[in-house]
Amino acid sequence: MTEVLRVDEPGLFTTIQDLGRPQAVGSGVTPGGAMDRFAHAAANLLLFNDGAAPTLECTLRGPRLVAQAACVVAVTGGDLQPRVNQVSIPMWTSVPLAPGDTLSFGGRRLGARAYVAVAGGFVGDRWLGSMSTNVMAGRGGMRGRALTAGDALAAGESWRPAQPGRTLAEDLRPAYGDRSLRVIAGPHVDRLMPESRAALFGSPFTLDPDSNRMGYRLEGPLLEAPGEDLLSFGLIAGVVQLPSGGRPIMLMADHQTAGGYPLVAVVASAWLPVAAQLAPGDELRFVETSIDEALRSRAAQRAALDSIS
Amino acid sequence: MPRRRSTTTKARPRVRVYPLGDAAALAELGTRLDTAINTRAIALAAALKKRRDVRQAVPGHASVTVRFDPEQTSLEMMAAAIRRLATKRPPVEEPGRLHRIPVVYDGPDMDDVCARLNLSPQQVIALHGKPIYRAFLVGFVPGWAYLGPLADELVLPRRPTPRTRVPAGSVAIAGRQTGIYPLTSPGGWHLIGRTSVRLFLPDSDPPSLFRAGDRVKFFAASE
Repeated sequence: MTEVLRVDEPGLFTTIQDLGRPQAVGSGVTPGGAMDRFAHAAANLLLFNDGAAPTLECTLRGPRLVAQAACVVAVTGGDLQPRVNQVSIPMWTSVPLAPGDTLSFGGRRLGARAYVAVAGGFVGDRWLGSMSTNVMAGRGGMRGRALTAGDALAAGESWRPAQPGRTLAEDLRPAYGDRSLRVIAGPHVDRLMPESRAALFGSPFTLDPDSNRMGYRLEGPLLEAPGEDLLSFGLIAGVVQLPSGGRPIMLMADHQTAGGYPLVAVVASAWLPVAAQLAPGDELRFVETSIDEALRSRAAQRAALDSIS
Repeated sequence: MPRRRSTTTKARPRVRVYPLGDAAALAELGTRLDTAINTRAIALAAALKKRRDVRQAVPGHASVTVRFDPEQTSLEMMAAAIRRLATKRPPVEEPGRLHRIPVVYDGPDMDDVCARLNLSPQQVIALHGKPIYRAFLVGFVPGWAYLGPLADELVLPRRPTPRTRVPAGSVAIAGRQTGIYPLTSPGGWHLIGRTSVRLFLPDSDPPSLFRAGDRVKFFAASE
């Protein structure tokens, strides 16, 4: 384990993330992990890392990182305009850094979260089987918090040396610009009043300022789903729940583990990476799709990742 | 005429399986707060977790949320497996661990609760401390457990407006359930007391004092 990068400027909210800790959900601990699992896996695979290795999830305004040793990195996900020594670098591509090189970001162009992987994988504190940062508990990743200036980032051993210039073909990258999220009707969709159902699957919704890794609060037409209170059940990322106030909430990676609000829709798994690239103020629509269609998209995404390794 | 006896002594439990997107399902075993159904939900989640095509299985009050690998199975196959496992008689449940929790019954809602239930504080304390509760579900926030069922005399709907800040250790009631806030957080339950017992144990694994199926008894303490 060697120090490869030093944090010069931490960015808005940069955290170490892997695939989270799903087994901790039974204790009420959020599963966490990378919001955009496609970008996370792709960044690792471009470097011959295990697809589950920790990466840096950079939110809206990326960090400035200075290489402490020769290393190879890949930046994927939302386009926050990555640069090395102030020169743009291609995304979804492995890029070599020499000691002293600076990796920085110009600003948000498309999407909300960029992922930085390093050959060998970033190494953070392990908590309950995962190095993902859990800010609420103050555990995992970089001492349970977002990066701050001066942090030293270490990488593990590469089992196969990374090659600069490996890239994911452009047509295999997610269409982050398409904000019509494909969803499958949820278990309690029949509770919706007809007008509310039409509004859910037809009207635009806007992420309110209180939208984050826990979930997105959506502003739009108020939806009504009257009925008896439900007993609490386990929740997963991508469910759209409807509290009594009528404003839907889409749960994301750091979601609460259980709840009892009606679940009116569930984002298709292949569209979670697109959902992960939304930020407060962005607009989205829910487009109903079938499970078969969702599985076809999922298989295509899987094949795109397989094309890297 | 001989009295006809049914050969099946118990009706087959009805399980409804709903898709949760393309890679998960919600298996509903019932719609009531019921110890037997909850026991079956916990057993079903444990049985599902052992399957290779299951990524995660979390018991709810009367349900199991299961994430599966659609490359290894389909919703239909998973639903069939769920129905098969759910109709199996659950293993005789070992009694959950018993936790005895000291409570100082001086919560900010105690007077309001007494007024609305037409009970004295002593009666509320006696009714709340009498049963051995079951931890139906651990979740929502780290270490939180839904405990119940609560005595009928203590049943109240949630507060119409949740508090934005409920201190950690607050002992609360709502509906037919009681619980302890593990962390300072927003909350809409009625606060009747507080405890110094820590529920979220981040440096233990599992990190929660309570596990689903555990038993919990409260007793009045002075500081």
